[in-house]
Amino acid sequence: MTTKALKLKELAKGEDRFAHGHRMCAGCGAPIVVKQVLMATDYPIIAANATGCLEVSSCIQQFTAWKIPWMHSAFENAAATISGIEAMYRSLVKQGKLEDKNVKFIAFGGDGGTYDIGFQALSGAMERGHDMMYICYDNGAYMNTGIQRSSATPFGADTTTCPAGDVIPGKLQNRKDLTRIMAAHGIPYVAQASPANWMDLMKKVQKAFEIKGPKFMNVIAPCNRGWRSRTDDAIALAKLAFETCYWPLYEIENGITKITAKPKEKKPLVDFLKPQGRFKHMFAPGNEYLLEQAQAYVDAQWERLQKEAAFWGEE
Amino acid sequence: MGKIVAVTGNEACAYALKQINPDVCAAYPITPATDLMQRFSGYVSNGQVDTELVLVESEHSAMSACIGAAAAGGRVATATSSQGLALMWEMLYIAAGTRLPIVMPLVNRALSAPLNIHGDHSDGMGARDTGWIQIYSENAQEAYDNLVQSFRIAEHLEIRVPAMVCMDGFIVSHSIERVEYIDDADVKNFVGKFQAVHPLLDLEHPKSYGPLILTDLYHEYKRAQHEVMTKVPGVVLEVAAEFEKMTGRKYGLFEEYRLEDAEIAIVVMSSAAGTTKDIIDQYREKGVKVGLLKPRMFRPFPFTQIAEALKHVNAIAVLDRADSFGGYGPLFSEIAGAVMSMDHKPAMINKIFGLGGRDYLPEQAEQVINELIKISETGKVGAIKEYIGVRE
Repeated sequence: MTTKALKLKELAKGEDRFAHGHRMCAGCGAPIVVKQVLMATDYPIIAANATGCLEVSSCIQQFTAWKIPWMHSAFENAAATISGIEAMYRSLVKQGKLEDKNVKFIAFGGDGGTYDIGFQALSGAMERGHDMMYICYDNGAYMNTGIQRSSATPFGADTTTCPAGDVIPGKLQNRKDLTRIMAAHGIPYVAQASPANWMDLMKKVQKAFEIKGPKFMNVIAPCNRGWRSRTDDAIALAKLAFETCYWPLYEIENGITKITAKPKEKKPLVDFLKPQGRFKHMFAPGNEYLLEQAQAYVDAQWERLQKEAAFWGEE
Repeated sequence: MGKIVAVTGNEACAYALKQINPDVCAAYPITPATDLMQRFSGYVSNGQVDTELVLVESEHSAMSACIGAAAAGGRVATATSSQGLALMWEMLYIAAGTRLPIVMPLVNRALSAPLNIHGDHSDGMGARDTGWIQIYSENAQEAYDNLVQSFRIAEHLEIRVPAMVCMDGFIVSHSIERVEYIDDADVKNFVGKFQAVHPLLDLEHPKSYGPLILTDLYHEYKRAQHEVMTKVPGVVLEVAAEFEKMTGRKYGLFEEYRLEDAEIAIVVMSSAAGTTKDIIDQYREKGVKVGLLKPRMFRPFPFTQIAEALKHVNAIAVLDRADSFGGYGPLFSEIAGAVMSMDHKPAMINKIFGLGGRDYLPEQAEQVINELIKISETGKVGAIKEYIGVRE
């Protein structure tokens, strides 16, 4: 199969494999991510889904938004579930019981189901080398259960389990750098993407599908409920995440790090934090140190990423 | 007739899996079930089966991968024990609720704490309410035979319910016994081709598995699961009848041993039934009318059939190799449930025995029979629930 041309006009004519009528919140980033991923390719896809916003809102009772074969079984096991589906496919094809149609296998999980409770199953599936792609839609907290902190929650954020109080000013820890941890598995392809840079995201999906073996993509998915932001600013915030280098766009292909898009001018982190109510307390007088600390972490991470890419001559 | 071999319970079950040749197995090692999948891995490495073996990083993932594989549309098996089953607990309900016919030998072992690797039924009893069929085996031959039958039972188109085939850890899993294997071709023919129902791999007819269903229909789904369990005994007997035709070995929902004219009875499952039968023979020689009932199918529990089989006895001792702390032993509760429907209610006592692999000795069976004789004569029951074989 040839790689599909990424032209807006053509893409708009394609079949929507994630249908309208799902019950995600208005302005949610996650379904945009799913649509972009599915739109990037014409390969047949089978998906597994961790329990979470995307899952509970896309298949309710006799209604489903999925026009592809799809399975949800539990919260912490999307990677293990898809690995079983993929293993059955390989088994039946090998035995001649099923025709090989070059099916692609995807697991979708939120950051809670990926960084935290599903981390072991994810790590195991990646190590086993299944021909699958895991896509984390990272909205930085347990949004489905009501905005509890996860290990993907950024430093300083106010969540319902790390509320900004008189003594504790929101989340005290930095995010877990899951993309790098997945790269450390030595799998052939790892990438970080954003729905604001849709062309970059879809190219990554296309590239990943041409690679045999386990792939991981971490995609930022703004959540207006949890981020305490305007309903219609998901893409604007994803763009700011990129422009402030809070969410750099890069890939690690066979161990080689490449920054796939760089902002023309690196904006200060406050541009990303300011429109979000979850960081409001950081702007209160006396809390300047929180902003400085958050900026310092982003700077250090960006610095390291640039050095890594430079090392490979892929800056 | 198949060949006669001297093998352990694990070896016999691994051999049954080789003959059945599942499409996918996903497994994680745990004592004393490790040896079973280890042997099966050898068949995979030597190309003696077509199975894709997925060696996962936990039992939770083992059952999750089995669920994915079964939904994809093929024959799936795994094996586990004790803590492994406990870790699977969440996924056991999902396998049953999704009606996926996964088959799993369960090598019964004690649950921690304290840590103990030896046989008792705590693990299986903890999975009692998961919606799985549970079949318990007395020895390696039964474990082998039950495993072969369980694929037919689980995959039966009228039920599609996962099944676990239980055998006592070490006592059966690691003891070498005489086992009669069925010919490969006969097993293959008996088990038949896997029939997929709504497979995920059917790209032309995409299916969504695992919906969210709240107050409006969840209750009805669960009733459907209850109703399907009522069909299981019929399927188990139908498969057993066919199995008997092939092998000459007879299986029912439970086994009755010298029960027909018994005045007192012992109810016990799995390997302890063997020891008990020997002691019953000794008492029979002395003229004591004692018999045994050994449940084979614990889930669904055949209440009415068991009530019928026990209706003429005066006193029953139920021996549980597991405890429900603060309650009666789980088998006792079921037998009490069966007795409830009888006009003439026998006296009942509950003995907890053999936890963590503590030997079940002939003296313990004698002690229980002596107590039953006394109860039968006097009509007086002392303690209803009591531990036996305890070091004081």
